[in-house]
Amino acid sequence: MAFLEWISQPWPWYVAGPLIGLVVPVLLIVAGQPFGLSTSFEDICAAAFPARPELLRRDWRQGAWRIAIVVGIIFGGFLAGTFLQGPSEVAIAASTRADLAALGITDFSGLAPRELFNWGALGTLGGFLIIVGGGFLVGFGTRYASGCTSGHAIMGLSNLQVPSLIAVVGFFVGGLTASWLLLPVLL
Amino acid sequence: MSAAGAGRFGGMTIRLILVGVFLGIVFTKAEVISWFRIQEMFRFQSFHMYGIIGSAVAVGALSLLVIKKLGIRTLDGAPIEVEAKKSAGANYRYWMGGALFGLGWGLLGACPGPIYALIGNGITVLLASLGAALLGTWSYGWLKPHLPHH
Repeated sequence: MAFLEWISQPWPWYVAGPLIGLVVPVLLIVAGQPFGLSTSFEDICAAAFPARPELLRRDWRQGAWRIAIVVGIIFGGFLAGTFLQGPSEVAIAASTRADLAALGITDFSGLAPRELFNWGALGTLGGFLIIVGGGFLVGFGTRYASGCTSGHAIMGLSNLQVPSLIAVVGFFVGGLTASWLLLPVLL
Repeated sequence: MSAAGAGRFGGMTIRLILVGVFLGIVFTKAEVISWFRIQEMFRFQSFHMYGIIGSAVAVGALSLLVIKKLGIRTLDGAPIEVEAKKSAGANYRYWMGGALFGLGWGLLGACPGPIYALIGNGITVLLASLGAALLGTWSYGWLKPHLPHH
């Protein structure tokens, strides 16, 4: 069981990053497709949403291969969360912890603060804007930008695409605004 | 864009599910799906996320170079072509779409892959975020003709 214990520890960046990068050639070789996860939103909409705009009027089965990856990610998350549970707290920097505590976060166990990420929090304005508003912006923004962290930051930068660099700068402009300006108001 | 189109189930689907399982495990164990890690990143208080994205790009770029140099083909024997997104005009869609995406990423602490991985990890309220993301995609579809892209 020593092995299970070992891989249950949080993985350092120099292990995880290269493993994620390897998905770029693996997807090209296995499926002939570029790495990118957010087009799956379009596939699910094409399969399930009524009153579809032109963007989403297509046979969802064309995107079935992307939905297969997504199903795998959910299952992989389940496996890791169930069988490879590490320490209960994410070892973030002491300065981050202090900053978040100053914003009112008290529970640092788990992957996300439990006091914020629960169904009851949807009933509060801050919780609703973070969980639902944040999700809406992720879905809207990624399709407008034609890619997300995987499609632009990893695949696009690997392919030396100028638009992806612009998009990643945009990601940070938005993210810094959210972390520094919006969260202090919403939390 | 040949290989993985409609109607190709069986071996291909299983391989793609396995790629997803691999990603779900790596995302979880590397804690890139953690809201805490994303806040740490946007506060520049740790190298962790930058190391992950940077080394992933290094491996990805090197792989693309090797694939091109050696003319590596897909498992089906098709040539591998990677289309590059081209810079166009003022690139509105990239910086405006990117900034809106980043705003959501900073609030939610999760981008699309991690949203799925968090649901798998049992943080079920992310289902509401996923539903909202789908609504966001649908809304973009309707607004698309009215938004500046280039």
